[in-house]
Amino acid sequence: MADVPAEAAVDTDFEEKWKKLVPNLEPPKTPLSFMRPRPPTPSAIPSKLTVNFVLPYKSELSAKEVDMVILPATTGQMGVLPGHVATIAELKPGIFSVHDGNEVSKYFVSSGFAFVHANSVTDVVAVEAVPVEHIDPELVQKGLAEFQQKINSATTDLAKAEAQIGIDVHSALNSALTA
Amino acid sequence: MASNAAAPFWRAAGMTYISYSNICASLVRGCLKEPHKTEALTREKVHFSFTQWKSGKPEKPSIISDTVE
Repeated sequence: MADVPAEAAVDTDFEEKWKKLVPNLEPPKTPLSFMRPRPPTPSAIPSKLTVNFVLPYKSELSAKEVDMVILPATTGQMGVLPGHVATIAELKPGIFSVHDGNEVSKYFVSSGFAFVHANSVTDVVAVEAVPVEHIDPELVQKGLAEFQQKINSATTDLAKAEAQIGIDVHSALNSALTA
Repeated sequence: MASNAAAPFWRAAGMTYISYSNICASLVRGCLKEPHKTEALTREKVHFSFTQWKSGKPEKPSIISDTVE
C-alpha cells in the first residue's frame, strides 16, 4: 500500500517557492512534515509483528509488538507471523486473537479489514470489536433464535439478507463463546 | 460465505458494505453484557437539530435522533 512515505518527506516544490517569495523566513511546517515515515522493510525477518488495531472511537493497539495474530478473514482463519507477504483481507464476524508469548487476548470483531504490510506491520480496522468475555451468551442464543425465525418469515430479498446477517453474526458469536 | 462467489449475499440483495458492516456492529453491540452494552449503545447515539428556512427566516428546529434499534 503506497500510504506513508518510506522516508521523511519534504515538500521541495513548496519550500522552493516559499524561499523565492519570503526569503527571510523559514518555511512553515506542512502536514507532510508531521507524518512519521513508514518503517523500512528489513532484509532479515524481525522476530516480532507490529500490530495497529483501531476502532472508530478508540485505538485499541498502537504499534504493539506481538508474536502472531489470527484474523477471521472471509476466506478463513488467517494467521499472520512476522515476514508475512503483503496482503489485504476482508474480515468476517469472528475472533481476532493476538498472541504474545503465553499471553493471548481475544477480541470479537464485527467486520472490517486487515492490511498486512511487507515490513511486518499489520493494521486491523473494525467497526466494532469487544473482548470475548464481554459477550452475553443468553442474548446470543436469543438473537440466534430470533433471526432464524425472521429468515422464514422474510418476504423481500433485503429482509432475507438482513436475517442471514443476523444468523451469521450470532452463530459467530456463539462459536466464539464455545471455542 | 464463499469468497470465490461474484458477490456476497448481502451485496446481491442491494446492500452496501457500509450498511452490512453497521448491521454487524449493531448486532454485536446488542449481545454485550451490562454495563458494556449501555456504554456501547450510548457511544453510537447520534442526534442533530434540523431547521427549515422559509423566506429568509428559520422555522422551529426539529430534533432528529436515532433511538436504539
